[in-house]
Amino acid sequence: MTARRGRWLVALVPWVALVAIAAPRRRQPAGGQPSARPIVIASKPFGESFILAEMFSQLLETHGRRVERRPGLGATEIDYGALRAGSIDCYPEYTGTGLLAILHQPMGTDARAVFDAVLLGSLQRDSIRWLPPLGFQNRYAVAVRRSTADSLHLATLSDLAREGARLRAGLTADFIGRPDGLPALTRGYGLHLASVQALGPAIKYQALAAGAVDVIDGYSTDGLIARYDLVVLTDDRQIFPPYEAAAVVGAALQREDPGAIVVLTELSGLLDEAAMRALNRRLEVDGTPVATIAHDALATLGLARAAGVSSAASRAPAGLSSAEGRAVGLGDYLLAERGHLLALTARHLTLVLVSLGVAIITMLPAALLLARTPRRAGLALGAVGALQTLPGIALLAFMIPLFGIGVGPALVALVLYSLYPILRNAYVGLREADPGAVDAAVAVGMSPSQVLLQVRLPLAAPVIMAGIRTAAVIDVGTATLAAFIGAGGLGEPIVTGLALADTRMILSGAIPAAGLALIVDAVLALVERRLVAAV
Amino acid sequence: MTTAARTDGPAAVSLAADAVSKRYGALVALDRVSVAVRAGACLALIGESGSGKTTLLRCLNRMVEPDSGTIAVDAQPTRDVDPVRLRRHIGYVPQDGGLLPHWSVRRNVALVPRLLADPDPGARADAALRLVGLDPAVIGVRRPRTLSGGQRQRVAIARALAARPGVVLLDEPFGALDAITRAELQEAFRRLRGELGMTAVLVTHDIREACVLADQIAVMQQGRVHQVGTPQELIDRPATPYVAQLMAGAG
Repeated sequence: MTARRGRWLVALVPWVALVAIAAPRRRQPAGGQPSARPIVIASKPFGESFILAEMFSQLLETHGRRVERRPGLGATEIDYGALRAGSIDCYPEYTGTGLLAILHQPMGTDARAVFDAVLLGSLQRDSIRWLPPLGFQNRYAVAVRRSTADSLHLATLSDLAREGARLRAGLTADFIGRPDGLPALTRGYGLHLASVQALGPAIKYQALAAGAVDVIDGYSTDGLIARYDLVVLTDDRQIFPPYEAAAVVGAALQREDPGAIVVLTELSGLLDEAAMRALNRRLEVDGTPVATIAHDALATLGLARAAGVSSAASRAPAGLSSAEGRAVGLGDYLLAERGHLLALTARHLTLVLVSLGVAIITMLPAALLLARTPRRAGLALGAVGALQTLPGIALLAFMIPLFGIGVGPALVALVLYSLYPILRNAYVGLREADPGAVDAAVAVGMSPSQVLLQVRLPLAAPVIMAGIRTAAVIDVGTATLAAFIGAGGLGEPIVTGLALADTRMILSGAIPAAGLALIVDAVLALVERRLVAAV
Repeated sequence: MTTAARTDGPAAVSLAADAVSKRYGALVALDRVSVAVRAGACLALIGESGSGKTTLLRCLNRMVEPDSGTIAVDAQPTRDVDPVRLRRHIGYVPQDGGLLPHWSVRRNVALVPRLLADPDPGARADAALRLVGLDPAVIGVRRPRTLSGGQRQRVAIARALAARPGVVLLDEPFGALDAITRAELQEAFRRLRGELGMTAVLVTHDIREACVLADQIAVMQQGRVHQVGTPQELIDRPATPYVAQLMAGAG
């Protein structure tokens, strides 16, 4: 009996450990009561997602919940990864994306069947719940200029296939590559275009309007479709899968605050395609702040209560709060946003300096150790160098399941990026320090560690500093990517600006980032000169 | 070479290499080489490039470890001594001076006394600089790269002598200097040996320099010693045609 109970306890250990690991820092709330911690709402980095996330946030706030916003957190992999890791609680997602990009199931064209598939798939695999769809679809839309549509009599994708040989397309890389994008068009309609060019989402509308291309891909709810008076060609053979928008909710919120899920469900079925396009237009064309759009939309739907909203509206997504429209010039914009930009710059600099400091503190001793055992150096340099070859976004995506989102994982990623230039330069500098001087130092009786610290290290100082400067400049650039996992910094306006095709906003992040890189390099150059003069 | 001149340092020591061999892969750098230097004498190792003279010199302070054979300092085998400690008691002057470019001249010269925990390395350095005819107040604060070639070699000799070692090894110390400066430094070195009386081993490819500075000359070729003797012996009774041919150049 005792032995059997003992075995039971042993069998329990891994499960207890697993639960302890899987549910860190979560307070156990009373059933149904709002939990003490804020609910974390994220979005993808484009306008519609910003608006939906802000509507979720304000709706929850009117029902007494505290909300922490992570607007523009990242693309599907990052947001869904963060949701699965418990770093966020909810974000707006699309059923077609869920089916293809998250669950990797074959595409279907029936909206009902697709929703059922993602609901079941996410719940079983990740304990993530899809709430009933919001009511509109954001499908792929293939658009042409009205003049093109008129002259070639284009109304459907079948018409486009007929005339494809004389049309140049500018498509997002995403659309070109996804099986439900261009490959589906080629398969389903036999479409062959005169040329296909990959264009960033931010510039394809301008490219079409300017006549640089004739066909672009877009989304059916894009506000810019109306602005540029474009014609969306009908998917007459129904080859595009359904992309119904819905809130997806993580396991922790389901457990801790079922009431919040009921609140979010109030939005289900209330937004149709026209309504969403109008909201998008206010953001993309008029430049209205997201918080205002979300508040107005909730008011129209009868879901806004006067109390509690005003404070929420003032805490709109970073960089989006400028109330004046897009007519304001870059200079005035920078001036108006200077406080915000200064804070972002300070955060950016902190990210760079902390990660650089950690990399220096770890890599200089490592280089000193390796300099004494050159046989191991090749392996160590190779391993650290391999880290450098990882694309920044990929590295950040790997961070999420391990460290969640925010400043911590961003710092880890930045440190990993700084290691190689510092280690490599320090090692090479130490190994290749003036051979005549090193030989003489040994010959007159300096011990190996004296030679390393008193001769090789000071002689290598310029080379080591060059490595640190390289790492610093890489860091300033890479730190703009930190915005993708919610660590803030000057990447924030860049990411948001790219999503909103707002050049002014992109520059408001890019210009200070470039300036910062130059300043950091110049300061380190000064340190280097002092150091070299001192040794 | 009076005893009074050597009071401020350890007495000169004797050196001996017995059947020392060293190979680098297929290349035989030293083939059972035996030479001996009595205390206070100067031995010149002479030969062409690749004769093994520098390898033999570097075996003496264990910068190169022989494959076989024995090196002894004052009859004590050096393999029993920690190489770092051994080197602190053997002065060393390489061809390019080997000064540490990031240190002042005074700090360079004070290095070995400092390594030996001398109570006042700076004073030792200044004394050594004066020995080689340099003014410590003027030269001491300068960086090696600001010195002329001749000054740099004087400083290198000062560094080798600062701790007053019983023996000093010199690897073509005057080879890179112009003729006038070389003659000045040779003269200075001769005078110093007369004053301090230390044992010296000098690698050179200049037979005249060997004749002027050394008591004994070892003629080397392809890792072997042809003959060891005084300059006069080598001229009068060369053991091999190679030695005869070499000494003919001494004039």
